[in-house]
Amino acid sequence: MAEEILRIENLHVSVEGTLILKGVNLTIQRGEIHAIMGRNGAGKSTLANVVMGHPAYVITEGSIFYKGQPLEELAVFERARAGMFLSFQYPAVIPGVQVGTFLKKSVTSVRDVPPKGREFRKELTAAMEQLSMDKSFLSRYVNDGFSGGEKKRLEILQMLLLKPQLALLDETDSGLDIDALRIVAKGINEVAVDSACLIITHYQRLLDLVKPHFVHAMIDGAIVQTGGPELALELEDRGYEWLDVTA
Amino acid sequence: MTDEAQDVIGDYRYGFHDPENSTIRFDKGLSEQVVRDISELKNEPQWMTDIRVKAYRHFVERVMPDWGNCSLLDQIDFESIIYFLRSSTKTEKSWDEVPDDIKNTFDRLGIPDAEQKWLGGVTAQYESEAVYHSIREDLEEQGVIFLDMDSGLKQYPELIKKYFGTVIPHSDNKFSALNTAVWSGGSFLYIPKGVSVEMPVQAYFRINAKNMGQFERTLIIADEGSSVHYVEGCTAPTYSTDSLHSAVVELIAMEGAKIRYSTVQNWSSNVYNLVTKRAVAHKNATIEWVDGNIGSKLTMKYPSVLLKGEGAHAEVISVAYAGEGQHQDTGAKVHHLASNTTSNILSKSISKKGGRSSYRGLLQVSPKSTGCRSKIVCDALIFDGSSRSDTYPTMEIGNSTADLEHEASVSKVSSDQLFYLMSRGFTEDAAMGLIVNGFFEPFTRELPMEYAVELNKLLELEMEGSIG
Repeated sequence: MAEEILRIENLHVSVEGTLILKGVNLTIQRGEIHAIMGRNGAGKSTLANVVMGHPAYVITEGSIFYKGQPLEELAVFERARAGMFLSFQYPAVIPGVQVGTFLKKSVTSVRDVPPKGREFRKELTAAMEQLSMDKSFLSRYVNDGFSGGEKKRLEILQMLLLKPQLALLDETDSGLDIDALRIVAKGINEVAVDSACLIITHYQRLLDLVKPHFVHAMIDGAIVQTGGPELALELEDRGYEWLDVTA
Repeated sequence: MTDEAQDVIGDYRYGFHDPENSTIRFDKGLSEQVVRDISELKNEPQWMTDIRVKAYRHFVERVMPDWGNCSLLDQIDFESIIYFLRSSTKTEKSWDEVPDDIKNTFDRLGIPDAEQKWLGGVTAQYESEAVYHSIREDLEEQGVIFLDMDSGLKQYPELIKKYFGTVIPHSDNKFSALNTAVWSGGSFLYIPKGVSVEMPVQAYFRINAKNMGQFERTLIIADEGSSVHYVEGCTAPTYSTDSLHSAVVELIAMEGAKIRYSTVQNWSSNVYNLVTKRAVAHKNATIEWVDGNIGSKLTMKYPSVLLKGEGAHAEVISVAYAGEGQHQDTGAKVHHLASNTTSNILSKSISKKGGRSSYRGLLQVSPKSTGCRSKIVCDALIFDGSSRSDTYPTMEIGNSTADLEHEASVSKVSSDQLFYLMSRGFTEDAAMGLIVNGFFEPFTRELPMEYAVELNKLLELEMEGSIG
């Protein structure tokens, strides 16, 4: 039985007065992996950020529904608590706050039943082992002095712990070498089994490891083509020009 | 509690007060007779009475500082302050002997509990004098002296006569003159040669009465090769009229000794906190001031170190939190008076809801002191357009061999940081609290853990409702 997690209808979004998204329609069911591909500036990251509720993005027309509920009713932290998760392209640095403290507080605020100390440590250790992360991560400050790859791993670690029902992955593959990409892909696949997953990427290579059910091509703030995994290969091969009606 | 009272007290959780059951209570106001009365009441030796009177005369002649926050300083009405208030007839060695209402206060502040768990000794001062005092037996056996200052003067008059006022003379500034004239309570701590005191010793200062002036006087002497960590905390009830806290703290670290002095000052927002703290570090000695200023109406305090002996080191780590109606004028002064002396100064401040924080620092290297190194870092975090942060650094470098670094930054909480944390389930207030705790972390990690936890909770509480 299909269960709708995310539904986006005729979404128009502007940032500082500039219209970025111009009528996006997209529905994702539980258990589905969708990929959005497109050139820089097409509006992919804007879509991920507006779904999560970034205050700089203004919806001028259209609506977003999460499990049938209009999202405008939910503050950002409520979206997180309702099971939404965004893996950031550029995660913020929080100086002086240790990763371990941050993870514990985050998991405690998102879950209905906060885990006990020992259970949480066990869960954390398992997730970190899965992502080949050293324990020393926990005493470092959140994203402070992290390499690109370390930041992305920390994002995926959070995803594993927060167990979202909707995972938005914004260019999670950028800055990762092939070994790291495999590890991260494994984490995504694990979460994707029982959630709705939206992957934003420039490249085919992540999609070799995380098989999407649907691939969407985004040009100038709208989805212009939807297909199966073969579309990703075609876009990689031919670029976007053949889809660009304005070109 | 009336609404008005609630408005005044706000979220300040130590704002409660107890009935005043004083045994001796001076009338408001200051005169030479008041100074003499205090000395007589305490049965002090003549030389102390003489110092007090001399200091009082200097206080009267001395003009107010023309810097800091003059308009707030000028509002201090010295005639409306109570200069001496005795709540308990003696200093007890057991909490059970302390009068119930006073003991309750310290229970609420968690002092007896902390003492049992992690402290080597405790002095608890209520109004003008210590009501409780205790030190672990093993420390006493090693010759450590830890007394309230009044008892110290009675039991070790020669030691006190030798050092009292040698680091901070009464004529240093108007408020050191005032303190010297009317001082009461404070700590006297002496660590013998080679003794390392592993557990921190703590003093807690509580003002309870309205319009109270608290003028404690602290003297710490660490003899050659010894080390100690002294912790002080302070709170007061919230009243709509002002109180004055004006302490003098003198530290002396002999050759190779180390003194760490940690403060978390959380006075209510009606307290003027005008404190002079200064240390002398002899050859290869280390002085560390760990100084947190969260409360008070106006704080003016610049922990200082005179690096007198070769190879001496100074560390000053301070944080200031200035909320609505508060001005934290704080900083550090280090005088490199000998060669190869080193210092590190780290100052962090937060200004919120119209609060004002100022860093005022002095770094001096004397002409003959070669090979000195110093690093100064000042970071300010400003929350909104109505708040203010200023930096007033002064450097007087007497020769070209000094190696100096000075970094300063002013930042705002970024919307990206907030969005990131909120996307992880934190409310906006909780996100702010986490960012603030992170900002103060270089300070917090220097505190004993119990203090660090308490401070983090306090800051999180301060962030509640901080978003307009």
